[in-house]
Amino acid sequence: MTEETMTLEVTRYRPGHDREPRTQSFTVPNRKDWVVLDALNHIKDRIDGTLTYRWSCRMGVCGSCGMMVNGVPKLTCAAFLRDYRSGPIRVEPLANFPIIRDLVVALDDFMDKLRRVKPWIIRAVEKPVSDGEYLQTPAQLDAYKQFSMCINCMLCYAACPVYGLEPAFLGPAAIALAYRYNLDSRDEGYRLREPVLSEAVGVWECTFVGECSVVCPKGVDPAAAIQRSKLAGATDWLLSMIMPWGSRR
Amino acid sequence: MTVPRVERPGLFYPKLPATWWLRNANYFRFMLRELSSVFIALFLVVFLVQLHRLSQGPGAYAAYLETLRAPGWIIFHVVALAFALYHSVTWFNLTGVVQVVRLGERQVPPRLVAGASFALWAVVSVVLLWFLLRG
Repeated sequence: MTEETMTLEVTRYRPGHDREPRTQSFTVPNRKDWVVLDALNHIKDRIDGTLTYRWSCRMGVCGSCGMMVNGVPKLTCAAFLRDYRSGPIRVEPLANFPIIRDLVVALDDFMDKLRRVKPWIIRAVEKPVSDGEYLQTPAQLDAYKQFSMCINCMLCYAACPVYGLEPAFLGPAAIALAYRYNLDSRDEGYRLREPVLSEAVGVWECTFVGECSVVCPKGVDPAAAIQRSKLAGATDWLLSMIMPWGSRR
Repeated sequence: MTVPRVERPGLFYPKLPATWWLRNANYFRFMLRELSSVFIALFLVVFLVQLHRLSQGPGAYAAYLETLRAPGWIIFHVVALAFALYHSVTWFNLTGVVQVVRLGERQVPPRLVAGASFALWAVVSVVLLWFLLRG
């Protein structure tokens, strides 16, 4: 019995050779238990070893294998071939990012933005290790837990037309992570993150398209984080106008 | 504010086409939501002119009302009303996401927040209708 096959239309781009990306079609086995990443691995192992893409864990945790699958940002390790019937499936690099080669995009911009929002616990005064952990109640954990599930896969940036039109925009994941630490009862870094969030290309650049939250593979709601940060920023500003002597947070 | 991006040689920088909002239904609905503000602004201009005519006396006001009875104006008002309703519904739905309401340690579900907003909207509308139609 001949095996069922499927066509994958894959973006190819060789820096220094190609002026712009082109599409190459590959025929791959259409197996029920295969995901798009399996098909790409099949191409690399059996058909064309020069195909370049990122992947690591193959289980939706590392956030490396994000690509556009039929125009939608997806983790390719979680996109089953069977969900696309008989194909063809279009596999492209994540939208809105510069392409380095084939399906690999440049991460520098996102990494810089991530660093700028200081996504770690900041304390005014660190207590010594001998004093024990910073304790937290279940309710305090619940306050930020959803936003801590981010795996930095950047699908939200690929879904965001604002980022596509204005690459300086801080973007969904970076703001969601800033918000996550601002909500953390152990954190005291609100004042340090606020100037970055309230820049013109910070939270206020967002027009609430909401697609970032739709495509997030981990159920984070970056759109909500951004709008709530706007509300917090605006409330702060209002309070500072009414009570300039008051200390906030 | 557009900050020019420093483009590195060798990389390919994709450009978002002007038709990006036709790519999926959510983008399209977002554009409709943005467009709704144009119709609401136009309606407000018409309304301000109406108030201005009212200040000029009963004759001027009656003449303006006659103008508004033209089919073109009626179509405009129906379209503006549809956009105003769409804008209001999407606004209240998003309120539940943006406004975190807490009761003690528990967060009130966003749907309930949106539901309460809709209920308040309905009550205010009924009160206004009663005020306008009581004769």
